[in-house]
This record gives sequence, structure tokens and C-alpha cells, in this order.
Amino acid sequence: MHKNDFVRQLQTPGGSMKIRQALNLDYMLTGILITLCAISLLVIYSAGGQSTLYVKRQLVFILAGFVVMGLVAQFPPRVWERWAFLLYIAGIASLAAVLFVGVEINGAQRWLNLGFTRLQPSEFMKICVPLMIASYIAKNAIPPTFKHVVLAVLLIFLPVFLVIQQPDLGTAILICASGFFVLFLAGLKRSYLISAFVLALAALPSLWFFVMRDYQKQRVLTLLNPQQDKLGAGWNIIQSTTAIGSGGWSGKGWTKGTQSQLNFLPESHTDFIIAVLAEEFGLVGVLALCGLYLLLIGRCLFIGLNATSMFGRLIAGSIAFTLFIFIFVNLSMVSGILPVVGAPLPLISYGGTALMTLFVGFGILMSVAGDSKKR
Amino acid sequence: MNDDSTFIDLTRQHQIFVSRVIIACIVAIVMGIVIVARYFDLQITRHQDFVTQADNNRVHMRPASPSRGLIYDRNGNLLADNRPTYNLTIVRERSQDMEQLLVDLNGLIDISDNDITQFKKRLKRRKPYENTALKYNLSERERSILAVNSFRLAGAEVSARLTRHYPSGELFAHVIGYVGRINEEESQTIDTIRYSGTDSIGKIGIEKHYEDSLLGQVGNEHVETNARGRVMRVLSKVDPLAGDSLTLHLDRRLQATAHAALKDHRAALVAIEVKSGGILAMVSTPSYDPNLFVSGISQVNYSALVQSEDRPLFNRAIRGQYPPGSTIKPIFGLIGLQNEDISAEHTIDDPGYFYMDGVERPWRDHNSKRGGHGKNVDLAEAIIESCDVYFYTMSVDTGIDVLADYSQQFGLGRITGLDIPGEQSGIMPSKEWKRQARGQPWFNGDTINASIGQGFMLATPLQLAVMSARLASRGKVLEPRLVKARNGVEKPPTEQSAVIDIDSEHWDYMHRAMRDVVHSPRGTANRIRKDIGYNMAGKTGTAQVISISADDEYDRDKINQRQWDHALFIAFAPVEDPQIAIGLIVENGEHGSSTAAPVARLVIDEFMKNQPDQQLGQR
Repeated sequence: MHKNDFVRQLQTPGGSMKIRQALNLDYMLTGILITLCAISLLVIYSAGGQSTLYVKRQLVFILAGFVVMGLVAQFPPRVWERWAFLLYIAGIASLAAVLFVGVEINGAQRWLNLGFTRLQPSEFMKICVPLMIASYIAKNAIPPTFKHVVLAVLLIFLPVFLVIQQPDLGTAILICASGFFVLFLAGLKRSYLISAFVLALAALPSLWFFVMRDYQKQRVLTLLNPQQDKLGAGWNIIQSTTAIGSGGWSGKGWTKGTQSQLNFLPESHTDFIIAVLAEEFGLVGVLALCGLYLLLIGRCLFIGLNATSMFGRLIAGSIAFTLFIFIFVNLSMVSGILPVVGAPLPLISYGGTALMTLFVGFGILMSVAGDSKKR
Repeated sequence: MNDDSTFIDLTRQHQIFVSRVIIACIVAIVMGIVIVARYFDLQITRHQDFVTQADNNRVHMRPASPSRGLIYDRNGNLLADNRPTYNLTIVRERSQDMEQLLVDLNGLIDISDNDITQFKKRLKRRKPYENTALKYNLSERERSILAVNSFRLAGAEVSARLTRHYPSGELFAHVIGYVGRINEEESQTIDTIRYSGTDSIGKIGIEKHYEDSLLGQVGNEHVETNARGRVMRVLSKVDPLAGDSLTLHLDRRLQATAHAALKDHRAALVAIEVKSGGILAMVSTPSYDPNLFVSGISQVNYSALVQSEDRPLFNRAIRGQYPPGSTIKPIFGLIGLQNEDISAEHTIDDPGYFYMDGVERPWRDHNSKRGGHGKNVDLAEAIIESCDVYFYTMSVDTGIDVLADYSQQFGLGRITGLDIPGEQSGIMPSKEWKRQARGQPWFNGDTINASIGQGFMLATPLQLAVMSARLASRGKVLEPRLVKARNGVEKPPTEQSAVIDIDSEHWDYMHRAMRDVVHSPRGTANRIRKDIGYNMAGKTGTAQVISISADDEYDRDKINQRQWDHALFIAFAPVEDPQIAIGLIVENGEHGSSTAAPVARLVIDEFMKNQPDQQLGQR
């Protein structure tokens, strides 16, 4: 059926406008994404010690991402609404597989080895969970009733629980947030919101005592006093704030950042890439990036607000705010507001799986956008 | 929850969505402001702090070691130089696991527990990115083992540095001394910046006294390092300044001659250039190899040196205090003449002993067995044959205070002011001295003992040489000096205007008498006159180690060899225009004439060989 849709779109007669519509791409979104990816390549080149190794790989990921996005965009939202459950089941299955046959790196078992590449299923859950919840809620009453809320919460917590086992608290929290946004945007009652908030607060101590591992607690303590263990746990945060702060207004110039070029900055091409950007391009660079993100999120919300279906609205809105949370968590963690969790900066950090997940999300957004345009 | 309406109001759904989006946007904007505020705070408000911190991260100052000043003898022979040696060093922040690294290293080359203890002590004083020495003086074999395994020894490296070396080994140990590792006590007092390029400091001898000049100026390099401490580039550089090179008055050949002659004894010899006060040779035997101390002496070697009965570490030349014995007689004779207690014509009768009024016990002459020196002994004979009774008699008239006063001008009883540390002052007793030191009044018997350089009187070999030089120069008071020139520039002679107030004819008289000690058939040192090509003046001496009661005879077979008398000799030459003066002592050498005087002859011969103008000295 979806195949028929695709063929029908192609067969629609018309000029370039028609072809655009036929390709179902949102050009503003595409433009913003291309700009961000270009910035990403630039910063990765500098952060990777001016070697083109990471740049080439990231370029491949980006191109693949655009292809995936284009493909995803071709299917109307209702297809994704229908497939959400299957994707969710597949995600849960791969998360379970990670726990049994996953590859362990640095004490965390997060990856599945596919032979040619490593896959991080928890990353994909960042899109599978909101899809699942949006599809589930949209099918039922809006605002969601108690029964649906309970079930949705269970659907959120199952993958969250599995990811915590890896352990990967950061991703777990982000998955949790992405699912929660759907519920929130669907009009979750205030009384639920308040009780959820109270419950979360109450759960914090048990999180500290039963869920968090020692190294995770250490990270929280480090946030409070990074100087305590300068060369150990505090190193990352001291070096990243130093990099950011020494950038000043306009930065030290591309590839001239001493903190990143002399390897003081850890994970400079992945999670801490914003520190490289801040050091080399200064506050001006950071604000420009934030401006692009603002445009991106704004465009996502615009698509959501114009969506014709409830599913379209929910998934577009949740993707927009999830994106915001990703950005917020990363920028806070690197600048020392939040503890260090493994959270890449969307579209800028080096890394294939995270990029794919994002592009799948943008593909769905375009699908939603295309759907509403046609009506 | 209790929303049981089945009708789905699409508009209301949209409204709910829009209102939720607005709420979320408001929250997001607040969070966004927090982020921007945070970056603004870091990048603008606290920018300068972080710039400093980033620079501190990457820019390190590395001291550049100056090379220590070289030390030469008067003919330009190197006595102390610097040689490259290879040390095993560790940079703390580059080693993943220090304990494991030490174990790994120990598996490859031999590292003693002492090395490790010392290393850990040093480590505390060093910054994490500085390298700290673990083992010094790697052999070539050790270096190649380390090179082959370097890939698995992160943090350890072999570094070359200049280390002090003494090419002549034990020959100059007591003069030049040595440098050694800066110890904890020294590290409290030194200027840590000046010493940042070195871990050595002069411990004794010239090395210590001239530490300030020899050290040089430390340079520095500002280098940019990466997070692993690796140097990426040099940002700026101040070159170090080598320490001053010192030229000593010492003459390597004289030193070697004296050392060779004395090395089987416990002995000391000091030779002084009469005209300048410069030390030509300063020997104390047995000696030791100063190179052992440079990079930390092993416990075994150190114990051996400390526990040796011969005390090789003891610098007898400046710290050994001995009764000067009869070597004191020439100056006492001069004092008697000048003080008019005696005259050139004055004679005494010497039956071999001397009785002082009111004392039953006699003072014996050293040849009392043979019935003394006979009748009509004058001062010259008393010097030539070393008659004790003459001086017993004279000293009672002169009195100790006059003797002490003049003797001090000859350098006795106080430090001579030589430019190395540790000199002892000896004792030139006086009434005042005895009251203060012993709390007793002075007796005439004390004066009689002192008159032949015994009793309370003590002098170092250096003082004997200084006395000899002042005798030779007719009373010119010059401070003895080791350093002749600094960086090739001669130091102005430290001539003191003081001249000992003794009449010229008395000097002539005494020079003649002392010449006859060597050259007259009756002279106590006549056995060294054979084939001598110049005129030498001398005076033998014998110093009792144990006191023999007046009734007992000294019988060498009955006493331990270590209690045999010390043999002393002072000399200068050529008599007409003295150039070199010598003081020496051979511990338990018994007779100045047999053990000490021949050594002086050898040294002066060596000296005269290289004095073309002086070889024509008349007989």
C-alpha cells in the first residue's frame, strides 16, 4: 500500500514543485541539516588532530543519513504509526541481545557487533520509544486516560530498564524523556504531571542507592567539586571548562585551540566536541550553533503544529523537544552544569548510530510535513 | 482519567497540543538561557582565568642546566670536568602504574632498594611532568636493554646529562673535594631556582668553597607540551651560563710526586709558592676516589672508607693537628734573637738534659743517650743538630707570651684562611690560652715543653708550610691560596702588608743555619743532600705520640706502630731566593730526617726541574 503511494506521487504530473513534493523533502529542514553537518565536519577535522580519518567516516555517515532520511520521508506517517510497534519490539529484542551477546567497551556493554560495524541499539530506542508511545496514544483517547498512561509508562520503562543494565544511565534518561514528551504533548493531566514529578523526586534516593554505579555517583560528586580529583574524575570537566572559557568572544581560531590540539580535552571529537567549537570559535561560534539549533527545533515544531494527524503532531513535537533535551544535556554536561553522562551533541559529535537515529527522526518529520502539505 | 467522553474533539486536541507546546517552549527557553548564561560566564566573565589555566596546562618551564665550571691546575691540566652520563629517569605523570613500572624495570636491570628509596624521596620534590632520576650511570649494556624494551616502559626514559668527573681520581680528592647529590638539609637552604637545572652541589674542598662561581646560571626553556607531557615546541629560551672555570696554583706534577712518595703512609704535605702564597701541592694520604661520591656512593664503599683505620676521608693537610716538634725551632730561634734573649755568639753547654730551678725532674735532650750536644753549642748548631737543651734554656728567658705572639704571625695557632672549608686552627699556647682552655695557670715547665714544639702545641701540615713560607720570605705574611685565576683572569694577590718584625741579619743567620741542616755533614737532614743541585733550607722534627716519662727510653719495639713518633720536615728552596716552601708530616714515621725529608727533596727536585732560572743555584 505504501508502495502504491510512492508510485502515485511520482506519477503526479507537474514542474519542479511537483518533483519536490514527490521527493517529500522539507527544504528548510534539509538546509539547516546540511549547514549543521558541514560545521560538524569542520570541527571534527580540528578535534581529530587535523586528520581526515574521522572526517571521511563522518561524511559517509552523513551521506548515508541523508539517504535514510529521504527513504523514511517517502512513507506517509500512517505507515510509521502502524510499524511503530514492530520497530519497538525489534528495539527491545536488540537491547536484550546486547545484554547477552553485546560487546563490552570500557566496562559498559552497549554494542552489538554486526561484523562490519558496531551498532548501539540504545541509540535507536531514542526514536523507537516516542514512535511507539505516539502511535499508542494517538490511537486512543486524547488526553490519555489513566489506563493508557499506565501502559505507556510501562512501555517507556521496559527499554529504560534494559539500558540501565548496560549500564548507560545517560541514554536511559534521554529515552525516558523522549517517551515522556509524547505523553506531555498529548495533554497528560496536570495531576499526573505533579504526581510523576513527586514520584521522581522520591525515587532519586533509591536511584542513588540502588541503581547508580559507583562511577556514576563519582561523576555527580565530581560535578560538585571537580578540583578534588584533578587528574582523575575531575580531569574531563576541568579541561572542558578550561577549553570553553579560554575561547573567549571569538575563539582561538580553527585548529588553533590548545586544549583540543594538545589532547588535554578528552573525547574531543565525540561527546566533548562543543568544547572544541567553543575554544576555537568562541562565544560567537556557540551562539551561532545555538541559533541553528533554534531554527531546527523551530522548524520541527512548525511541522508538528501543522500536522494533520494526532500521531504526526505528537511525534514531531516529541522529536523537537527530545532534540532540545539532547542538546541541553550535552551542553550542560560539557560546561559543568550536569554530571558527565554519555550524551553526544546532536548532528555535531562524531558517531554513526546517533546520527542515523536523528536522520530517521528527521525523515519521519518530513513524512509528517509532506503528508500535511498534500491535504 | 475519568474522561469518558467518546467524542474526540479535534479542535480541542489541537488546542491541548498547542498549549503544551507553548508550556514546553517556555521551559525550554528558560533552560536555553541557563546554557547561554553558563557559556557567557565561562567565555566572557571568567575568560582570563581560563586563558591562564590553558596556558599553565600547555606551557611548562624547563630549566636548562648550566655546565659546572672546570678546574685546572696551573699548567692547564684538567682536574675536574663534566662528562655525559646516562641516567634512568621517570616522568611521574606519564607512567600509568609507578609500582608496576619499578617492578618491570627491576626485572630488566639491577635496581637496588636504595635506588628506589632515594627515588621516592626525590619524587616528592618534583612536579609530575618533571623527570626524576631512578638510577645513575647506566652502563652501555643497561642502556641497550632499556632501549629495546622502551615500548613497554611508558614514563621511563634514559636521559643524558653532564656529570662531574675527576680525571686524576684520588690525587686531588682532599683539595678539590667533590660534588654530590643535594641532600634534604641542603635543599632547605639553597635557592631552588638556581639549582633547578642540577641535582649536584659541592660538598667539600674547592667544589664547596667556590660553589657559587662554579655553579653557573641556570637557563630556561618555555616549552609547549601536550596532555601526555610530550614537548611539542620550544616557545622561548634563555641559554644557561656555564660556571666560572678555576685555575689553581696547584701543580699536577708536584702533587703526583708527593702523593706517590707518601701513598703508603698516613701523611700530609703542603707546598707553597713563596712569592704568591699559592698552594703548589696539597696531599693527604691515604686518599679516596672522589668520583665515587658524584652520583651517590654505595653503602659498601662508604662504610669501607669510614671504617678504615687509616681514615682516608680525613684531610690531614688542613685538619690533622700534630705537635710541630723541632720544626718550631727556627722561628723560636729568630724570636730569641729579635728579643735579644740570645745572640749569634751566645752558647750553652748541653750535657743531654736540662734542670729547671725548683724542679727535680730533668728535661732530656733527644740524644741524651749520647751525652748531649756537648759544650759551646750556639744557635746555629742548635738548629743544625737540633739541640733541645738550647731551646729549653732560651725559652725560659723569652717567656711563652712573646713566643706565642710571634708564632701567630708565622701562622700558628689560628686558621691560615685557605680557600677551602674545614681548616683546623691548631694550638699555639699562651698563659691566657691555658687559663681559658684548661682553667690552669701557666708553668715554666709548659714553656720548656713548648720550646721544642711539644706539650700543648699543635699545628696542621698547612700551618707548617705557611710557617716555612714565611721563614723563606723573611717574614712576609701572605695568606695561602688555592685559586690562582678565575676564567683565566688572575686574582689580584692577597698580599698582606704585614711583615714580621725581625732584623735582616737574623733572617740571614737562620737561613744559613737551616741550609746547613741539609747541606752540612752534621745536619740532621744531611742524608738528602746527595747530588742536590740547589741550596735547600730545612728543619727536621719528631713529634711524640705518647708521652714517655723522663726515666724511660723511647723503645720502638715495645710500642704499637701506631704510637711511633710522627716524622716532620719543613723546607724551602733555593735559599738565595726562595720559591717553594714545604711542610710535611708522616704519621708514625719516627724520624723527620729519614722518612719526611727525602719526600721534600723529591718534591722540590721536581719543582726545580721546571725553574730554569733557578737551576743555577750555587752550592
